[in-house]
Amino acid sequence: MMSSSNPNRLNASVRPGRIDRTRTIHATVDGRAVPGRPGDTLASAMLAGGDIEVGPSIQRGRPRGVFSADCTEPNALVQRLDGDCPEPMLPATEIELQDGLRVETLSGVGWLSEQRDTAGYDKKFVHSDVVVVGAGPAGIAASLAAARGGARVMLVDQHRELGGMLLDGQAHIAGHPATEWIGRAARELAENEQVRVLTRATALGCYDHNYLLIAERRADHPDAPPSPTIRQRLWHVRAKQVVLATGAHERPLVFADNDRPGVMLASAVRSYLNRHAVLPGREAVVFTTSDSAYSTALDLLGTGARVPAIVDTRPEPPTRLVEQVRAAGAHVVTSAAVVATGGEHRVSGVRVRGIDGNGSLTEWSAEFPCDLLAVCGGWNPAVQLFAQSGGAVRWDPVVAGFVPSGAGGRSARVVGAARGTYDLAGCLAQGFASGAEAATLSGFRTAPPPVPQVDGDRQASRPRPVWLVPDESRSPEECTEHFVDQQRDATVADIHHALGTGMRSVQHVKRYTTISTGLEQGKSSGVNAVGVLADALSAGSPGEVGTTTFRPPYTPVPLALFAGRTTGRLYDPVRTTPMHRQHVEAGAVFEDVGQWKRPRYYPRGNEDMHAAVLRECSAARTGVAVQDVSTLGRIEIVGSDAPEFLDRIYTNGFAKLAVGKARYGMMCGADGMVLDDGVSMRLAEDRYLMSTTTGGAAKVLDWLEEWLQTEWPELDVYCTSVTEQWAAVAVVGPDSRTVVGRLAPDLDVSAESFGFMRFHETVLVGGIPARISRVSFSGELAFEVNVARWYGQALWEATMTAGSDLDITPYGTEAMHVLRAEKGFVIVGQDTDGTVTPVDLGMDWAVSKHKDFIGKRSLSRPDLVRQDRVQLVGLLPTDTTTLLPEGAHLVEPDVSRRPPVPMAGHVTSSYHSAALERTFALGLISGGRQRIGEVLCAPVGGRDVEVEITSPVFYDPEGARRDGPEQG
Amino acid sequence: MLLVRCPWCGDRDEAEFRYGGQADVDYPADPHQLDDAAWGEYLFVRANPLGSFNERWVHTAGCRRWFSLVRDTATNEMSPDIPRRRESR
Amino acid sequence: MVADGNTPAPPERLWRNPEPKRNYDVVIVGAGGHGLATAYYLARNHGITDIAVVERGWLAGGNMARNTTIIRSNYLLDASAALYDHALRLWEELPEELEYEFHFSQRGVLNLAHTEQEVRDARRRAFANELNGVDAEWLTPDEIAEVCPILDTSPNLRYPVLGATYQRRAGIAKHDLVAWGLARKCDEMGVDFIQNREVTGFLTDEDRVVGVRTDKGDIGAGRVGLAAAGRTTLLTDTLGLRLPLQSHPLQAMATEILEPVHPCVVMSNHVHVYTSQAHKGELVLGAGIDTHNGYAQRGSVHVVENQLAAAVELFPVFARAHLLRTWAGTVDVTPDASPIIGPTPYENLFVNCGWGTGGFKATPGAGWVFAHTIATGAPHPLNEPYGMERFTTGALIDEHGAAAVAH
Repeated sequence: MMSSSNPNRLNASVRPGRIDRTRTIHATVDGRAVPGRPGDTLASAMLAGGDIEVGPSIQRGRPRGVFSADCTEPNALVQRLDGDCPEPMLPATEIELQDGLRVETLSGVGWLSEQRDTAGYDKKFVHSDVVVVGAGPAGIAASLAAARGGARVMLVDQHRELGGMLLDGQAHIAGHPATEWIGRAARELAENEQVRVLTRATALGCYDHNYLLIAERRADHPDAPPSPTIRQRLWHVRAKQVVLATGAHERPLVFADNDRPGVMLASAVRSYLNRHAVLPGREAVVFTTSDSAYSTALDLLGTGARVPAIVDTRPEPPTRLVEQVRAAGAHVVTSAAVVATGGEHRVSGVRVRGIDGNGSLTEWSAEFPCDLLAVCGGWNPAVQLFAQSGGAVRWDPVVAGFVPSGAGGRSARVVGAARGTYDLAGCLAQGFASGAEAATLSGFRTAPPPVPQVDGDRQASRPRPVWLVPDESRSPEECTEHFVDQQRDATVADIHHALGTGMRSVQHVKRYTTISTGLEQGKSSGVNAVGVLADALSAGSPGEVGTTTFRPPYTPVPLALFAGRTTGRLYDPVRTTPMHRQHVEAGAVFEDVGQWKRPRYYPRGNEDMHAAVLRECSAARTGVAVQDVSTLGRIEIVGSDAPEFLDRIYTNGFAKLAVGKARYGMMCGADGMVLDDGVSMRLAEDRYLMSTTTGGAAKVLDWLEEWLQTEWPELDVYCTSVTEQWAAVAVVGPDSRTVVGRLAPDLDVSAESFGFMRFHETVLVGGIPARISRVSFSGELAFEVNVARWYGQALWEATMTAGSDLDITPYGTEAMHVLRAEKGFVIVGQDTDGTVTPVDLGMDWAVSKHKDFIGKRSLSRPDLVRQDRVQLVGLLPTDTTTLLPEGAHLVEPDVSRRPPVPMAGHVTSSYHSAALERTFALGLISGGRQRIGEVLCAPVGGRDVEVEITSPVFYDPEGARRDGPEQG
Repeated sequence: MLLVRCPWCGDRDEAEFRYGGQADVDYPADPHQLDDAAWGEYLFVRANPLGSFNERWVHTAGCRRWFSLVRDTATNEMSPDIPRRRESR
Repeated sequence: MVADGNTPAPPERLWRNPEPKRNYDVVIVGAGGHGLATAYYLARNHGITDIAVVERGWLAGGNMARNTTIIRSNYLLDASAALYDHALRLWEELPEELEYEFHFSQRGVLNLAHTEQEVRDARRRAFANELNGVDAEWLTPDEIAEVCPILDTSPNLRYPVLGATYQRRAGIAKHDLVAWGLARKCDEMGVDFIQNREVTGFLTDEDRVVGVRTDKGDIGAGRVGLAAAGRTTLLTDTLGLRLPLQSHPLQAMATEILEPVHPCVVMSNHVHVYTSQAHKGELVLGAGIDTHNGYAQRGSVHVVENQLAAAVELFPVFARAHLLRTWAGTVDVTPDASPIIGPTPYENLFVNCGWGTGGFKATPGAGWVFAHTIATGAPHPLNEPYGMERFTTGALIDEHGAAAVAH
C-alpha cells in the first residue's frame, strides 16, 4: 500500500495527512534526492523515503536518527545550502520541504559561509490587548473567547497551520473531527478585523511588562512568494495581557543504547503518522511511563504496523487503554522497561526486563524484534516563556513535570499542556476561561463560551517517570551508553562523574556535562538530567534539585533577524548640513563627528591631507578661508532667569554680558571636570543663544534641562535646541572683512563699528536675513555668518562668490584644529578627557571667584589642588620637522626605560604648522606650567623625540591679528 | 523593554527614556559648607536597594520631562501609583 | 566528557561539601571567581588555610558564570595597567600551577577605533601600555584584516574601522573551568566551600567585625572579605556603610557551536559589541550594561538587539549564526568604573567590589591583592590607589572617562 519512491508514505485512505498529494517536490540531502509533498518537513520526507539515519554524533561518532518531530530534535541537524546564504544547524524536523531545498547533515557543529546574506529582515512594533502564544486547542479557545469579547487579539504559532497537537491526533470536538473545529475557528479569527493570526511565527521571549518578541518566517516554505522581500520578520509586541498556551514537550527515556536510530519519541511517531501520513517503522515497540503513548500504539496498529509490545513502567496502566490496544492486536507488558536495543544503524530489537516499585530490575526478561522504538518518558510543560519573564515553577508530582507555580507570574496566564493539563476538555475550558478573563482585564468585559463535547485523549492515570532504567550489568557511574543529551553526547555516567567531583547543583552538572547546552536548550534533556540527579542524590523529587535557568530565545534565530534593517547605511542616521552637496562637489574628504559628516579637508589635484591642510591654513592666515560650522550645537535659552541660570551653568559670568555681545564660556560637571564649551550671545535681556561643540549638543541640552527641572524648577528659563534651524559659515583671515563686507553690504564691518565678540543682524546680498558675529577660533580676524537653515546653500555660494577674486579657500576640521592649536585653544574631548579641569587647562580666567557654579566645590578637593596635576602646555619637538604622534607619552630624559616607565603626560594635539613653518603640539604634562623651557622625551617607535615644553600659545600671543589688517 | 509610565505621556517603552538613578538627592544648599567627605558622598554615593527604589527617569524622546517613580529592582514591578511629577514652572 | 565510551576514569574530586565550622580565620563572602582566587592566594601566598568561602547559590554561579571571558590588560592608566597586567601574568602561570586545563587561549584582542578621536585615544593607550610594559600594537585596517579576516574593514561601513590596538597576550579562558581549577586547589589546601548559604549581615563588636550572619546561623571570623559583586551594598548597608556602587544588569549571549571562524577577540566601543569564539565553538557576544539599576539577572531586549546589529555590521559572516541563548548577570559599577579594593572603616572587614563589567579578566590579580589586603590588613601596592577614599579626595581612576574604552 506504499508508493515506491516514498515507501513509508501511507495511502490517503489510511491517513490523508496534512500534505498535498497532487504535487511531488524534491529536496537534496547530502547530494541525494529526497522526494516529498508540500506539507512535509524535511524529516518527514526523509522518513517517508525510509531514511531515518542522519549525521553521526558530535563526540563519539555514534549513528543517530531522526528522534523527534519538533524543535527539541537532537540529531537531525543540517546545514542549509540553497538560498542566498548557507545557514547552519537547522533541525530537519522544523524545515518545511520545498523544491530546491538543499542540505548537508551535520554532527552537532555548523559552519558560517563568507557568502554575504542579502536576504531582507525587518521588524514590526505593535500593540495588542491579548496575545496568545500557541495555537493548540487551549490557544485557539483563548483567542476565540478574547476576540468575541472585542479585544485586539494576536494569536501566534510556530507551525504553518493552527491546531497544535490536535493535528497529531484523531480527537473529535462537538461530534466532528477536530480539524473541522480548527477550520471553523481559523475562519472566525480571520474574519475578525481585530484579530491577527501569525503562523510560522515563534514567540522567542516574553519580557518584563508583557513585551514579546516573535520571529516570523516569511520565506523558505512552499507557501512563500518566489522571491520574498522579507525573509524573516521580528515582531515586537506590547500586550495588555498574555496567554501562554505553549504546550508540552515529550521527554525521552534514559536506558542503554537509547540513541540508536529508530528510537523515536512516541508523540513524534504519532505526528508523522497523522500529520504527514508517514509510517516511520513497520514493527514498533512502544516504551512508556504514561498514557499518551497508547494513542501512538493504537495509531500504529490502525495503519497496519505491528506492535510486538507496549512496555509500560507502571504496574497497573488504565484497564480501558490496555483493553483497547489488546483488542487492536497488541500486548502490554507492565512493570517493565526496555534495557537494551540491538542493531547497528537501525534498531533491530529490544530487550525488556521487569522493573519494581523502587526502579530496580527484576528477573523477568523478554526480547522483541522491532525497527522502531517509540518512547515516552512523560511530558515537560513548555514553561520557558513563562519562566523567562520571571515566573517561578514547581515540581508537580501528579503531572510529573515542572509547572508554573501559583496563579501565574505577572500577567501572563499559562493554560493547557503548558501547565500540565493534558486532556482536551480541560485545555478547551482553560483556554476559553483565560481568553475571556484576559479580554475582560484589558477592558472588554466578556464571559467564556461553553466548552463543546469532546471525546478521547483523557489522561486516566498518573505517569510513573523512570529517570534511569538501570543497566543490566553496570552501575550508574558506568552508564556510558545511557544518553541524557544526545546532541551533546552526554550520559548518565557523565552526570555521576560530575557528582563524583563534589558537584551537587544542577547548574554545575549542566556545565560539567554540557547537558542542555545544545539547540534544544534543555527542552527535552533538562528534566531527565534533573531526574537522574535527584535519584543519585536520593532527593525526594526533582523539585528539590530544581531547574537550570530558562533564557530567551525559545528557539534559535539568525543574528541577522535581530539586526533587521539596522545595517550598512541605516546602521545609524547620517546628519549632513545644507551645504553638504557643495562639499561633496568640492571634493571634500569627510570625517564622522557624532552622527555628522563634516569635511575634514578639501584636497586639490593630487594633494594628500598634509598638503591640503597646509594650504588651507595658509589661506586662513594670509588671505581668506571659509568653513561650514552649521554642525555646532545651538541652544536658545530664554526667560527672565536666563542670566542667573547661565551664571550657575558656566564657570564664568554671563549675567553681566551686554545685549549684542558674545562671550566664550566653559561648563563643568558636578565633579569639576570640563564638560563642554562654546560661545554664547546675548540676544536680549532675557534671551541667549548658546553654542556647543558638535558632538556635545544633545548632551548639553540634557544637562541644562536636568538642572532646570530637577534642581531649579523655580527659575523661569526655557531651553530649545535650534541646531537644525541655523546654517553658518566661519569666514576667516585678513581678507575676511572684505568678503563679509561684500556679503553684507548694509553692515559696517570696520573694526571700529564691529568690535570683537559682537554681533549684528543684517540682510545679505540676495536678501538673506543673517546674524553675523565676530568670533574667532583661529586668532585671525574672523566672522561667523548665521542664516536660516534653508539659506545654507545660498550662503555658501554667496560667500564663495564674494571671495572668488581673493582665492577664498574652503577648509575642513583638520585645518580648523591646526589653526586653533597654534593659538592654544582647546578642543573639549581632544585636549580634555573627562579628567581635566578648567584650571588644568590654564583657564583660571574663565573660572569665577565670585559666584558659585556647577562643579566649583569639586575644584577644591585635595586631588584637584595637587601641584603635579597635568596642565596644558605647548610642546615643540627639537627637530622642527618631526611630528609627534598624538597620544604619545612624555618621559624624563634620564629616566630608566625599564617598565613601568614613569610618564609625565601625553600629547593631545600635534600638527605641522604653515605659519610656524614647523611642527608643534599641545599636551597635558604633570606640573607643566612650572616646567616651561624644560626638555622631555617622547619614546616613539623605538626612538626618542626630544621635546621642549612651551606656552600653549604659539602664534600671535599678543592677539594683534584679531582685528585684522589696519584699514587704509 | 520595561514599560515606563510617564506622568505626562502615559505608558511608553523604556527606550524612549533615559535613566536618572536615585530620586530626591538634592543639590546641597551651600556646597561650600560641606567637607570633602560630605561633598564626595553627594557626588558619588547613591542608594542601591534590592526591592523598592524611588528613581528618576526623563522622557528624552518624548516630553523631555523628568519624573520619579517607584520600581522593584528585583522584579521590575512598577508601583501602580501615578509617578510623581517634579513640578516646574 | 567520556571520550572513549568505555568505563570512565573515576572522577577527580574538585571540592568537598563540608558543614561549616563555628569559626574561621577568614570568611570570604561570595564564591565567585574573585572569592575563589582570594581564598587561593590567601592559602598559597600567606599560609592562611582556615578559610570558609560562603556562597548564597552555587559556586561560581554569579557573574563568573555569565561573562564573555575576555582577558586583557591593555588599560590606559598606570594603576589599571599595573593591576590588570599583574592579573594577566598570573593567568599565564595558572594553567600549570592549578594543574587544570581551563582553555586559556592568548589569541589576541583587537580594540577597534572608528573615529579620529577614538584613534587618538587608542594610540594614547597603546603608547602608555608600551611604557608600562604591557604589550600593545597599533594596527591599520589592512593589518587588522590579516589578524581577523572576517571583520569588515572596508570604508563602506557607517563607521569604518580606522585602526585598532592589538594585544597579543590577551585572549579568553573557559570561565567555569577556571573556577573549578581554583576551587580544587583551595579544597586541597583545606578551604571550606559553604554553598547554598546566604550571608545576611555581620557580627560586630563595636567597630570590629567578628563574623557573619547567615540564613542558617552565624559563623565567626577573624577577618571577613566581601567579594559579593552586585550584592555588596546589600551587606554593607547593614552596617550603615555606604559605598558608591550601583548594581546593573549586564547581558551577554552565545550562538550554536560553529566550526572555527573567529581567530581573536574583537571589541568595539563605538559600534558597541565584543565578540569571540569560545573553545567549544560558540560565538560569544556582549557589550555594555543596561542603564537602570536591577538585580533581576534579566536585561532589556533592545540592548541585545543593538549589540547584535553591531555584530552583524562588523562581521557580515555572523548573519546566519543563530542566537541560542542570552543571559544577564548583576554587576556593581562605581562612578569611575574602577573597582574598590581595600579596608573599610570597620576593623577586619575588607571589600573587593565595583568591578563592573571588568571583573573576570582580573580574577587572579584581584585575588592576589585582596588576599594580601586581608592577610596584612593593608593594601598591596597594586591596590593602594583603589581605596574608597578616592571618592573623597577626587583621585579617581577614571579609565572610562579617560580612555573612552568600556571595560
